Amino acid sequence: MAAPSLPGSGLLKGLGLTFKTMLSPATTAQYPHVKPELPPRTRGVIALMEENCTVCMLCAKECPDWCIYIDSSKETVPVEGGRTRTRNVLDRFAIDFALCMYCGICVEVCPFDALFWSPEFEYAEYDIRELTHEKERLREWMDTVPPPPPLEEGAVPPAEIEAGIAAARKEAEEAAAKAKAAAEGGGEPEAEAPQIDEELFARLVAEGTPERAARAKAKAAFVKAQKRREREQGGDQ
Amino acid sequence: MATSVFALEPLWLALLLQALAALLLFLIGAVVVGYLEHKVLAHMQDRLGPMEAIWHGIGQLPADGLKFLQKEDIIPTAADRWVFALAPAVAVVPGVVVIAVLPFGPGLWLTDLDAGIFFALAASGVTVLGTLMAGWSSANKFSLMGGLRGAAQLISYELPLVLAAAAIVIQAGTLSLPGIVEAQHGFTLFGVPMIYGIPHIIGLGLFFVAALAELSRPPFDMPIADSELIAGHMTEYTGMRYAFFMLSEYAGMVILSALATVLFLGGWYPWPGVGLPEGAAGMVLGFVITFAKILVLSAIMVWLRATFPRMREDQLQRLSWSVLIPLGLLNIVLVATAKVWF
Repeated sequence: MAAPSLPGSGLLKGLGLTFKTMLSPATTAQYPHVKPELPPRTRGVIALMEENCTVCMLCAKECPDWCIYIDSSKETVPVEGGRTRTRNVLDRFAIDFALCMYCGICVEVCPFDALFWSPEFEYAEYDIRELTHEKERLREWMDTVPPPPPLEEGAVPPAEIEAGIAAARKEAEEAAAKAKAAAEGGGEPEAEAPQIDEELFARLVAEGTPERAARAKAKAAFVKAQKRREREQGGDQ
Repeated sequence: MATSVFALEPLWLALLLQALAALLLFLIGAVVVGYLEHKVLAHMQDRLGPMEAIWHGIGQLPADGLKFLQKEDIIPTAADRWVFALAPAVAVVPGVVVIAVLPFGPGLWLTDLDAGIFFALAASGVTVLGTLMAGWSSANKFSLMGGLRGAAQLISYELPLVLAAAAIVIQAGTLSLPGIVEAQHGFTLFGVPMIYGIPHIIGLGLFFVAALAELSRPPFDMPIADSELIAGHMTEYTGMRYAFFMLSEYAGMVILSALATVLFLGGWYPWPGVGLPEGAAGMVLGFVITFAKILVLSAIMVWLRATFPRMREDQLQRLSWSVLIPLGLLNIVLVATAKVWF
């Protein structure tokens, strides 16, 4: 049992608590004046990267409340010395946000990275019909989509991206070799060195990690540090 | 002793100015204390309170008043129409009347009654008639219970309030409020100039607790206990009539804080024995000092509201009859003995 306290000491303790709370700054966020700091994967609105859409209709089919409206037409593309090909043209892409329940299935299911979550949320309307947004508006929201989060440290980058980087690197090396040959050994070739955390790379190699894995880790560390720097700079503003 | 600034020659002019001053003081006091409550309560609850009206919500209460003016004035079908319509006025008028005898500075009172403290306590007690009328006429069981609770509370707490004030009257030897301030100005405790509130610490506590109950302020807000009685006697009121009840509550805070200031905290003097300059400068300074004391007391009322939960009805009655009233009687005996002794 606690030691017997003076009668009324609890009342004074309560008074002290409210007084302390009064002196500490309030937690209220002055919303319309101060924008909220939203987490990176906020589901504000669905944005459409129109250029990526192939009118496969998967999103419209998977939508549980059928709020995605897609119209398309076929366009023939003449190919020189071959059969003409047909291409799908997106005529209309609209999402009725009065019906949308923000489940995000369309974003998940899109195989061509055409749909994204945007943290934008200030699109309230006075008329429910105004909540059906056409592809122009959805494309505008694309600009508010945050960049994808960086890969986890040590994660192997996706195969297609790696292939692309390897091809680019090879090209750069060839160009550098050509330049070197042209300059007849005039100084070091300026190969486009991938930006990596040199210190970490050297340490990992010294520890006996295979060079490729070490490079990936060092690169991830560099990207992470870069992000942190950007964030700190952003936070100062 | 200074005479009132309102002691002017043509009587009609004096009366007009007095009425105007009483109304202005009543409204300004209520609005300032209302704003104080909004802000202090909000910050004690980790909020900001009103922030949009003009600057930091300073225009919130006038804006609320305008909103109340626009609202529909609903009188329930089963209500006793005349009593229902009259009740808010009955709740407000005593507040304006009491202001007439309150000294807000040297010469800054409307009239100096010989029985000022008696008049102030008697008139402020009439407020409860408004509560009772509202409770009865609303034809609503919650209103009726609220009204009855309000009446019971007033009967219980008027006694400790008067007993605490009576001890001061014994000490000061006068019933006049400016007279009490002047007597307090010359009061010394073992040769040290002292406000009455320090030797009369029991009386100050009694007066403050009873004042809270008198005003139905939390933790003594059983007449309007919103979790039990919706809003008590105010349940059926809308618009301006409802605003009148709110106004009378805030003005009541000003009035009872002003009474406590006069009785226990030295009135318009910063400290007994410390004088004020003559003339207009002294008046302004005295007014500022009085109002600062009133605001501090009102802030303490808000502080108690933010901290303590509401008491139960039986606890309220027990506190008054078995603690405060015996303590008040004892206080009078002690003060009278001390007065004769020294």
